[in-house]
Amino acid sequence: MILTSPADLEKYRRDLSDRKTDLKMRVRVCAGTGCLAGGSKSVYEAFLKEAEKHGMKTGIDFAADKTGCHGFCENGPIVQIDPQNIFYQHVKSEDVPEIFEKTIIGGETIEKLLYRDQKTKKRCRNEENIPFYIHQKRIVLENCGHIDPADINDYIVKGGYGGLSKALFMKPEEIIEEIIRSELRGRGGGGFPTGIKWKSALEVKSDRKYVVANGDEGDPGAFMNRSLMEGDPHSIIEGMIIGAYATGSFEGHIYVRNEYPLALTNLNLALKKARDYGFLGKNILGSGFDFDIQITRGGGAFVCGESTALITSIEGFAGVPRVKYIRSTEKGLWDAPAVLNNVETWANIPKIILRGSDWYSDIGTENNTGTKVFSLVGKVKNSGLVEVPLGTTLRNIIFEIGGGVINNREFKAVQTGGPSGGCLPADKLDTPVDFDSLKKEGSMMGSGGIIVMDDHTCMVNVACYFIDFLAEECCGKCAPCREGLRAMQKLLHGLTSGKAKPGDTLLLRDIAEHVKETALCGLGQTAANPVLSTMKYFPEEYEEHEREGFCRAGVCPDMYSLEIDPELCTGCGACAKICPAEAISGEIKMVHNIDMSRCVTCGSCIDTCRFNAIDVVRRGKK
Amino acid sequence: MHYISVDAMREVAETLNIPQSRVYSVATFYKALSLVPLGKNVIRICNGTACNIRGSPKILKAFEDELGIKNGETTEDGLFTIQLVNCLGACALAPVVTINEQVYGKVRIKDIPGIIEEVKNNDSDQSR
Repeated sequence: MILTSPADLEKYRRDLSDRKTDLKMRVRVCAGTGCLAGGSKSVYEAFLKEAEKHGMKTGIDFAADKTGCHGFCENGPIVQIDPQNIFYQHVKSEDVPEIFEKTIIGGETIEKLLYRDQKTKKRCRNEENIPFYIHQKRIVLENCGHIDPADINDYIVKGGYGGLSKALFMKPEEIIEEIIRSELRGRGGGGFPTGIKWKSALEVKSDRKYVVANGDEGDPGAFMNRSLMEGDPHSIIEGMIIGAYATGSFEGHIYVRNEYPLALTNLNLALKKARDYGFLGKNILGSGFDFDIQITRGGGAFVCGESTALITSIEGFAGVPRVKYIRSTEKGLWDAPAVLNNVETWANIPKIILRGSDWYSDIGTENNTGTKVFSLVGKVKNSGLVEVPLGTTLRNIIFEIGGGVINNREFKAVQTGGPSGGCLPADKLDTPVDFDSLKKEGSMMGSGGIIVMDDHTCMVNVACYFIDFLAEECCGKCAPCREGLRAMQKLLHGLTSGKAKPGDTLLLRDIAEHVKETALCGLGQTAANPVLSTMKYFPEEYEEHEREGFCRAGVCPDMYSLEIDPELCTGCGACAKICPAEAISGEIKMVHNIDMSRCVTCGSCIDTCRFNAIDVVRRGKK
Repeated sequence: MHYISVDAMREVAETLNIPQSRVYSVATFYKALSLVPLGKNVIRICNGTACNIRGSPKILKAFEDELGIKNGETTEDGLFTIQLVNCLGACALAPVVTINEQVYGKVRIKDIPGIIEEVKNNDSDQSR
């Protein structure tokens, strides 16, 4: 069915809304990657089976939707039940008959499946009562978890493609003016004003222009883009159509990371549906504007997230970056102008057009308007995806939304901005998270990874991890990055294995500073950040590693010893149970003991102990 | 699976009329492509930041010890390949391991022998 005008779309939307409200009973099962790993597919199938058993026809008496990611992945699989909007967590397929019987038919709530607020100890019935969601402002993720990404009608009922139909009545210059006034900045981490980028593309005369969406989310510890592509693919597509219309582009490309098979499936399906409905192809909504989108699948190379490397990769070459003498908006893809934005940036566009730039620029702070999606992970209680206005403090995100550190251990650092970002210590927790404030402190916001670290995280090891990552992913084109990273890697491995020589830390700093100043692309120029920021805030750990061969966090193998604190040990036996080397012994309810001759220093016991009773001490000291 | 032989690379170059060196450059640049055949079951151990600080290096070592091969190698019977990979994007379930399409979250060292056993059993079920 092809919709031939904006009026046609609005009529269709009204009809759909009427039909949807008739259908009252509805379960929404999260089918994001996180919940799928927890078994949500069998939960979904169990609902269909249960409906059949009760003689209900799915789609008529009852609806079961597979939605995108709810963001609260720590507690998956997540199931929501309408019309009461009940939020169940950790749902297993065995729970489904009871849910069907009691909640769907009986209207009762099953207490044990509700989320329990850690502070008040009260059970939360709806998403709106859970602290993880209360402090968020969901704009980009508005639909994620609420619609079935495979069903374009769900998106349309929620107002989808309304931004496009409004944009088609505007002049390209007016659309760009609206985006400039919203002060939207690039969500991939660059922070370049989106409207200005579009304007320069519009001003270039060319018979071919492209729009490109960067979905090559390579930062380790970040999965915002994955959830968006999986959970609300149409919002990205709609944004791209508007951008293409505003800049005069005829073709779009979405570059999807190789490791995200579900994102690929859902985007492909969404593109097909958008073509069927006349949002893509010839004469979009009867406007005379032609545009279509293709998908390019990445090949598993981190550097392809860099804009020029991504373009080289779409062209069919090994994805190595180019020097940016000329902006992509003049000569980008196949030598034609290309507007490249992150998928999250694109997903903001329809909302800004529909609700206006004033509405958008009121959110956030000056120069940092709107919201940003973060992936809050690591040693934090409520891992998951959070969307907050820019300018929200790290403390707020980690402690209010995230619920603090796992096992109530001591907070040590937070790593932001991916491998090119940095680590900030506890006294920087009141820094607002935005493009500019984190940079001042020696880190950056980047694409939105927030990784929480506790006292059982070694900062030298963290730096070593990132340098290993970057050395592996370095494309090898320029010498400072290729050779500098290799030299840093060698020094860091020395430090984390107790083989460092005096002066290694100083040498490491020296190399890091040179790489920062001389590398070719953005990746190389920021590659030294993990080393420089950890050195700045945690110099004592470098010193202990270099001089004493001691790792205070109890991470670097053979560089520490363990002792059980008799005052704190309750004799629960959890550590003895988890120990793979059977090095821990003790009677239940009695203080346990670690046999260091058997201990393989894996650290499992430290993570398991809820009483912080396992101490890391220097070797040879009793 | 994702394996490209020398013959296949030659054929791609011929069909597209491009130098063999360019095909080789692309085939060796991207991690998704492999110049050696992989095992029947590919064990991917995520080493994203979240998984790393929740202990993925130790998970890797446990898989290596269990199967007697190193990262990147394949067992002699061709059943398993181990790969330490970059972030799989399931950070809330860290540490994460995927075997083929199946995702295992919050993996503990103690779980590993059981996981391998499970995959082996599934294999023999299928061949029966």
